[in-house]
Amino acid sequence: MKILVCISNVPDTTTKIKFTGDNELDTTGIQWVINPWDELSLTRALELKDSNPGLIESVTVAHVGPASSEPTIRKALAIGADSAIRVNAEPLDAFFVAAQLEKVITEENFDIVLCGIESSDFNGSTLGGMLAEFLGYPSVSAVSGINIENEDIIIKREIDGGSELVSVPVPFVAIVQKGIALEPRIAAMRGIMMARKKPIKVIEPADVEALTEVSSYEMPPEKEACKFIDPDNPEELIDILQNKEKLI
Amino acid sequence: MSVLVYTENWDGKFKKLSFELVSYAHGVASMIDADVIAVSIGDVDDSELKKLGNYGAKKVISVNKEKLKGLDSQAYAAVIGEIAAKEEAAVLVLSNNNTGKAVAPRLSVKLNAGVGAGVSKLPSSTDPFTVYKRVYSGNAYANIVIKSDIKILTLEQNSFEINETGGNAEIEQMEYDLDESLVKTEIRDVSKQTGKLLLTDAEIVVSGGRGMKSPDNWQPLVELAELLGGATACSRPVSDEGWRPHEEHTGQTGKIIAPNLYIAVGISGATQHIAGVSSSKCIVAVNNDKDAPVFESAKYGIVGDAMKVLPGLIEAVKNTKTS
Repeated sequence: MKILVCISNVPDTTTKIKFTGDNELDTTGIQWVINPWDELSLTRALELKDSNPGLIESVTVAHVGPASSEPTIRKALAIGADSAIRVNAEPLDAFFVAAQLEKVITEENFDIVLCGIESSDFNGSTLGGMLAEFLGYPSVSAVSGINIENEDIIIKREIDGGSELVSVPVPFVAIVQKGIALEPRIAAMRGIMMARKKPIKVIEPADVEALTEVSSYEMPPEKEACKFIDPDNPEELIDILQNKEKLI
Repeated sequence: MSVLVYTENWDGKFKKLSFELVSYAHGVASMIDADVIAVSIGDVDDSELKKLGNYGAKKVISVNKEKLKGLDSQAYAAVIGEIAAKEEAAVLVLSNNNTGKAVAPRLSVKLNAGVGAGVSKLPSSTDPFTVYKRVYSGNAYANIVIKSDIKILTLEQNSFEINETGGNAEIEQMEYDLDESLVKTEIRDVSKQTGKLLLTDAEIVVSGGRGMKSPDNWQPLVELAELLGGATACSRPVSDEGWRPHEEHTGQTGKIIAPNLYIAVGISGATQHIAGVSSSKCIVAVNNDKDAPVFESAKYGIVGDAMKVLPGLIEAVKNTKTS
C-alpha cells in the first residue's frame, strides 16, 4: 500500500502576523513550517511504514504551492518521506487545492491519503473532505488513531464525549487531529543529507477556479487592558461576573 | 429558494447548538428572502423535530435509515446534497463541529459550493456574499467572498444568539432511497461517557495549567467548575503529562472553544493555548506571574497562587448562592 500525506506550508504559530495593504500577508520575518497536523500525519505514516514492512511500500508527501515552499517539502523528506510531489501553483483556496490533489492521486493510485484537520493559516477544516469527495473515496474525520490489524485498517475517531473505532476499506482519506502521533518526528542529520537526493516531482496545475477569495484581512479587535483584582478580595471578581458581566 | 440547515441529533435529541444553527439559518434566510428547511438524519421523534420550528424552520425533513445510524461522511453528504438540490438551497448551514467538518467539504464538491468555514456572524453582505472568519489561529480575521452560486457556511458553536420566532414547522418523513454501497465505513466499537457536560457545549469553563503544580491539586478547580455549572479544561502540558485526560486539552491543537466565561488558572497563555480560547466572550486569568502573557488576553486578572485564590473564589460563589 502507498500512503500520501498532504502538507501545507504555514507561518509558525508564534510568528507575528501582519498584512501589507488590505489582503496581502506581509511575509517578511515569517518562519514557514509544515502545518502542525500535517506533520503529525507524516509522523504516523512513517510509524505505520516502520511497523508494517512489506505492507506499506512508501510514504509520499504532496503539496500545492510555488517553488518558494520547497524548503518545507525538503523538511518532510528529511523527516523520512520517500518522495514528494509539488503542484506548481499558488494555493488559491481549499477547493482549488483539493482539485489539484485529486489529479495527483488518481495518477499515482495512493491507498491511504492523510490530511491534517485544518491548516493553521485559514483554519478551514475542509481540504480532506473535499479531496475525498473529488476522488469518490470514503473519508473519516476527527481521526486520533490509525492502526493496521491483519491488513485491516482500524481508525479511532473522536466523537462528542468519547471515541469510536471505525473500519474503512482502502482507498480512503483520513482527516487527522491530536492524538494521531505523540510528538512530530524530527529530522536527523542523516535524514537531512538523504533528503537532498530524494526526488521532488513538480507538476503543472489543472485549470480549476477557486470558489472563495479573501477580500480583506483585519487584525483582531483591540482589547482593553486587563483589570486586576486584589487576590485578597475574590468577592469583587465574583460580583463583577455576576452583576456586571451577568455570566454566572 | 431555501436555506438548508443540517441539524444533528444526540441520541434522538437536539441541543442548544441545533437551535443556534436554525436561528443562524433564519438570519441568513431573511437576508435573501428564502425559507429555512432543516434536515435531520436519524431516529428523532416528531415532537423533537417540531422544536426546530420555534427557531425559524418552516419545514423539517427527517431521514431515518438503519444504515445511517453511524456517521458515514460520504453517505451523509449524498443525502443532504440530494435534498439541497431538490429544495433549491441557495445556502447550506452546518455546525463547525466534528460532524459538520466531516460533511460540509464533501457537500462543497458535490454542489460546487464555496465554503465559509467557522463563521460566527451573519454575512456582512449577500452581493458579493461575504463572511467574516478567524484566520491565522485567531491572530487575524478575514472577510471572505464566496463566488459560487450555492454557499456553504459552518457556524462556530456558541457564537450566535438563539432566537425564538414562535413559528411552526411542517414535518416531512422522507422515504429516502439510499444507495447502500456508499456506506463504506463500519463502526466496530464505541466508548462514550454519558451525562457529562461536554467541554464544547459548556458556557463556563474552568481550565488549569502547569501552575496547578500537581494532578493532586485539581479538586478545587473541579469544585469551582461544578459550582458554576461549567466544565473543566486544561492546557497542553497538563494533558501531555497525563495530569488530566486529553479530551480536556484546549488550544490550537486540542479543542477550540468559545464559552461565555473562560477562567484560566495557572496557565501562562502561550500563543498556542490562546488560539483555542480567544473567541471566549470573557477571559479571567489567575496566575502568580504578573507578566504572564495570559493577562494580555484576559479581561479580568488575579495575580496570586492558584491554590490560595481558588478557595477564595469558591467561597465567594457559595456566598452569592446563599445570599
